[in-house]
Amino acid sequence: MADKTYERQNPAYYALIGLLIFMSIGPVILLLANSFKLDVDIQSGVGGLLFMPTIRNYETALCDILWYEPEHLRFCTIRFGGAFINSIIIALVSTVLTLVFGCMAAYALVRFRFMGRDSLSLSTLAVRMIPPAVLLVPVFGLWNNAFCLDNDYGLGMWIRDTFGGRGDVCLAGTHSGIILIYVAMNLPFVIWILQSFIVQVPPSLEEAARVDGAGPFQTFFLVVLPLIKPGLAAASIFTFRIAWNEYLLASALADRDTMTVPILIVNNASEFDGLGTIMATGMLLAIPPILFTLFASRQIITGMTAGAVKG
Amino acid sequence: MAQRTSLNRITPYMFVAPAALVMILALFYPISYMIWGSFRDWDPSQSLSETEFVGLANYAKLLVDPAFHASFWVTMIFAFTVVTVEMILGVGLALLLDRNIRGMSVLRTLFILPMMIAPVVVGLVWRYMYHQTYGTFNRFLESIGLEGVNWLGQNPLLSVIMADIWQWTPFIFILSLAALQSLPKSALEAARIDGATGWQQIIYIKLPLMMPVLIVTMLLRLIDAFKVLEVILVLTGGGPGLSTEILALRIARTAREFRELGEAAAMSNYLLMLLMVLTLGMFAFTRWQEARARRLKFAAQEEG
Repeated sequence: MADKTYERQNPAYYALIGLLIFMSIGPVILLLANSFKLDVDIQSGVGGLLFMPTIRNYETALCDILWYEPEHLRFCTIRFGGAFINSIIIALVSTVLTLVFGCMAAYALVRFRFMGRDSLSLSTLAVRMIPPAVLLVPVFGLWNNAFCLDNDYGLGMWIRDTFGGRGDVCLAGTHSGIILIYVAMNLPFVIWILQSFIVQVPPSLEEAARVDGAGPFQTFFLVVLPLIKPGLAAASIFTFRIAWNEYLLASALADRDTMTVPILIVNNASEFDGLGTIMATGMLLAIPPILFTLFASRQIITGMTAGAVKG
Repeated sequence: MAQRTSLNRITPYMFVAPAALVMILALFYPISYMIWGSFRDWDPSQSLSETEFVGLANYAKLLVDPAFHASFWVTMIFAFTVVTVEMILGVGLALLLDRNIRGMSVLRTLFILPMMIAPVVVGLVWRYMYHQTYGTFNRFLESIGLEGVNWLGQNPLLSVIMADIWQWTPFIFILSLAALQSLPKSALEAARIDGATGWQQIIYIKLPLMMPVLIVTMLLRLIDAFKVLEVILVLTGGGPGLSTEILALRIARTAREFRELGEAAAMSNYLLMLLMVLTLGMFAFTRWQEARARRLKFAAQEEG
């Protein structure tokens, strides 16, 4: 855009913009401010933004990974550290897997004509609308029963004989179980959005690579992938966001050791006291998405508009 | 050479295989499992093969269940209100703010913030703001001399709708703004030369040209509105009574509190059918749109 001539607007216009900005980030600021307040201050509500900030809430939330013992705490009840690590593992691994699988499939759907291509691309589009709540029942059933390694035969028996233990290993309550459903849930969207980026890569570039003796996988990884970086960025932010924020399926599958941060927040949000602590936990959960928004808003907007404009 | 061609033939399948495998294992198989399970009397402690086949009993039971009806209508009211208000606000703001000003990208960045934050956290903040004694809204009302409102107790559905409007209006705003900015400049220029007023430009030129994008945006948002769960869960937990218990929440409760997996599966299928209709509508619309565009192009070529 070379013609950057800005028009002057009337003051009402700027007032409207100011109001909109206040409305959209106000609640976030409120969360941030409250996470630095004592519970008494939050409830009495005096002072607004003028108060003595305290990091006590964050100390309470992070008590299981702090290197010192906060003096106001007797027990460490909220185990945010562990949940945070679970969330990171689950979100990162599922983002990477979704992206790798997704861009390979998108590439094949765009560049090759093969049997089953149309039905595959149609079904990826169709499953985009499935809400997580619909997956709750079958995932709960399958991950606890059918997707277990049985201890009477096969791999399960081998594990029992070799390593001891009960032998039956279920997907429920493991990181892999949650990751599997997140990858499956996000793949349709990622495939669909990457398709629109891969279409724009000129086929002549790939021809040239092939003439130079590159195989299909080399062409894909060395020529195509670097060209669709913006698409990859958008897709990875969206996948990470869903895996990081999702509550329902994680709460059905996770146990005490694989609990993610959203579950922790919902479980503790109903408790009467500890308002500041729960706000601090919420703030910690919100930090990664906020950072993404600030540093990669262009990619996010590209991804969003690519989603709607090319239905 | 023969080896080379056979390698070429399986290449696409190798590219597709990992994604297809994951989706079959964790999406298509579970869905068919659920459809099968919805015809059975299914308890979480049983594996599905031990359960009894009950035919359409689960579906029939839901059709006469007043709680399911309540939750169906809550879902419908929520989804359609939210989408209508968000469309009006979002498109209106896009038309208003579509000027060439400094800092538009900063503005857009700030606007997408609410969408990126975890719904659980959004619920948390809004629950604080709605609080009857120390919540932000009531403090504001009291400071200007009005009486506080019992937001979550007496106007639960309104409160939930307001929170969703806050979170998702920017989505529609940004998409409509993108649509506005990609409109052909020549049409607007021609209208301006012919002396069209601002309103006439909007009604006769901008809105009709934006329509394809707007309809797709609306359908996307409508499908998403049926997925909302966490915000409502944290804000009201579906209560008081059943006043904000949307279908997604009711499915989760039926499965986990009442332990009626068969019934929850049947309910999921109803929801799925509803969304299927919406999605097919969206497909049909885009196909029709493409066909029309092609026809227009063809006609233009014929003339030229």
